[in-house]
Amino acid sequence: MKKTTKNADGSAGKRSRLFRNGGSSGDAGSAKTGETGEGTRRVSGFTGLSALFRKEMADQLRSRRFLILLILIGATSFASFYGAISELSESTSDYLFLELYTSSGSSIPSFMSFIALLGPIVGLALGFDAINSERQSNTLNRLVAQPIYRDSIIIGKFLAGTTVIAIVIFTIGIAAGAVGVLATGLTPTGEEALRIFFFLIFTVVYIAFWLALAILFSTICRHSATSALITIALWIFFSIFMSLLAQIIAGAVYPINTQYGQMFNQVKYYTLKLNLNRISPYYLYSEAVSTILNPSVRAVNVVTTSQLVGAISSYLSLGQSLLLVWPHLVGMIAEMIVAFGCSYIGFMRQEIRTN
Amino acid sequence: MAESKKKGQEVIRTEHLTKRYGKKVAVNDLNLSIKKGEVFGLLGPNGAGKTTTILMLLGLTEPSAGTATIEGMNCTRDPLGVKSIVGYLPDNAGFYSDMTGRQNLRFTGRLNGLEGQALEDRVESLLKRVDIEYAGDQKVGTYSRGMRQRLGVADVLMKDPEIIIMDEPTLGIDPEGMRKLLILIRELAEEDGRTILISSHQLQQVQQICDRVGIFIEGSLIVSGTLRELEEHIRKEGSYLLELSVQPMDDALLGMLYQQDGVKKIEKEGDKFMITSKKDIRPTLTRFLGENGYTVYHLHQRGGDLDEIYRVYFEKAGQADERSSYEKNNKKRRWFGGKKKQAVS
Repeated sequence: MKKTTKNADGSAGKRSRLFRNGGSSGDAGSAKTGETGEGTRRVSGFTGLSALFRKEMADQLRSRRFLILLILIGATSFASFYGAISELSESTSDYLFLELYTSSGSSIPSFMSFIALLGPIVGLALGFDAINSERQSNTLNRLVAQPIYRDSIIIGKFLAGTTVIAIVIFTIGIAAGAVGVLATGLTPTGEEALRIFFFLIFTVVYIAFWLALAILFSTICRHSATSALITIALWIFFSIFMSLLAQIIAGAVYPINTQYGQMFNQVKYYTLKLNLNRISPYYLYSEAVSTILNPSVRAVNVVTTSQLVGAISSYLSLGQSLLLVWPHLVGMIAEMIVAFGCSYIGFMRQEIRTN
Repeated sequence: MAESKKKGQEVIRTEHLTKRYGKKVAVNDLNLSIKKGEVFGLLGPNGAGKTTTILMLLGLTEPSAGTATIEGMNCTRDPLGVKSIVGYLPDNAGFYSDMTGRQNLRFTGRLNGLEGQALEDRVESLLKRVDIEYAGDQKVGTYSRGMRQRLGVADVLMKDPEIIIMDEPTLGIDPEGMRKLLILIRELAEEDGRTILISSHQLQQVQQICDRVGIFIEGSLIVSGTLRELEEHIRKEGSYLLELSVQPMDDALLGMLYQQDGVKKIEKEGDKFMITSKKDIRPTLTRFLGENGYTVYHLHQRGGDLDEIYRVYFEKAGQADERSSYEKNNKKRRWFGGKKKQAVS
């Protein structure tokens, strides 16, 4: 009997603290200020968050790591543009400027696929040691002893990382476009510019997912080497092996190796394969941005010939393209939130003490 | 409000504070009361539960049972309120090694809501106070251990805390650095009127600056009070340890010593006799030595220092512990036949 009441007490305490950390910080703070009359003593949760955000931003931007990433992404982008420009003369598309981002030439992958493959590295590099390096250097216990909500530490890190990602992606994307203008003399139309803008937004969300994943493992793992290895393994799995796995599973569920199987299972097979592939953020992103950057993509799902009968062959407008990939964006954001949510909960429940 | 500033008012209070990790009890039913402006030493061996107690006081870990309050604020329910008036210097405090000392302090100041000129002023004055002004613009990675510890003190003072909690502050510092640090800590209490809680296992250093100490063993507070109180306590228990070295060390002396009332044990340690007794035998002993022409080289009554107090309490706790573990073992042994174990005891 005694034990149960104790447990109930404990869990109530936990809940109230979580709730407090959750958001209504301002209210709790000001109410208390009025009570004790020590206005200056009370620090609102936001002060801590903004100080942490500023420090993290400064750290990231000043770090050598950031410089290396910028050079890596910049160099590969320009290589892909070089290939695309050489291919441009053979293109028949009406959206020539977008071709700079999507077409691959001289056996160099396109800008789009380069970013899809290498973008995660940016997220991983920015986040893989977010929490555990602080733990290793014993700065985390000093940090949690300050009058800040504990969640502002991890939120500050995530927001700062995402901001850095946005800076990198928009810088590279726009700089590459400018090089394209100079090299080819083409100028983007308004719609093309908007499509590129949305492409960059999708990219930021995609890389922010990898950042969240990296932060998750940096909270779970004690050593940053472990978390780096795990996240790299996941990156390779999602970008290379997921499609193979999807094919095997779909083939096992709906066999199409016989004539009978082909007749009855083909649509189901392709749909299942597609849906399995779409678990991978890599696939989601690739599908979404190739739709945005290529107005001639009219559908992302399996389409039968009978469905295509009577369809007017034309480009999709920007709005329609976005409508097509709206679920992809939602999916990526959801995956990001799940990853960040897990690291948030993990971090809030951890006991922080000196090693 | 004015009343709370008064010296002598209780600022830290724990009631039946308990923390369990699985089956292991890290802190057991701790009742502690620390008054305003006091330097309290929480002493105990490694793994006694000192750090866990501190974490509970800061609301960084939840107690399994009991409550801790600081200035009337519940440490578990209102950690932010507690943390805004309590400065915590963790054991082996870490700093961002690629930032300078100034930058590290600035960051802490910002987390505490300081900005602009007030922040700069505070950083400067604190660097001066802990005497590392010359290294303010060096990266912390280049600091020595002692400098880092002093930077830690400055870091704690950034928020101008009413209460300072230090976990093993004297660990790994050279004697000179230690002396300076202890003076600084004492100043913080006497001049600024801050309440200070120090956890340590280094008794010699800490006893110099503590008003009161609590001895903490195996998660329980064995005893607490001023040094003098503890000393008296031991006296009452009847445990005096006298070091004696005379010339000549003959049988007549030994015989006389054994005749004394209350002498429990005499051991020879090097060229000294260690005499354990129930009461102070110095008055009769000195008379005897003088009358019989002995030359006294060394006569020292132990017990006045914390080491001795600690030894006695630790022995007591150790005995109790041994007994309980013996009982436990005995219970287990019964399955295998407990005779062997009993014979040993």
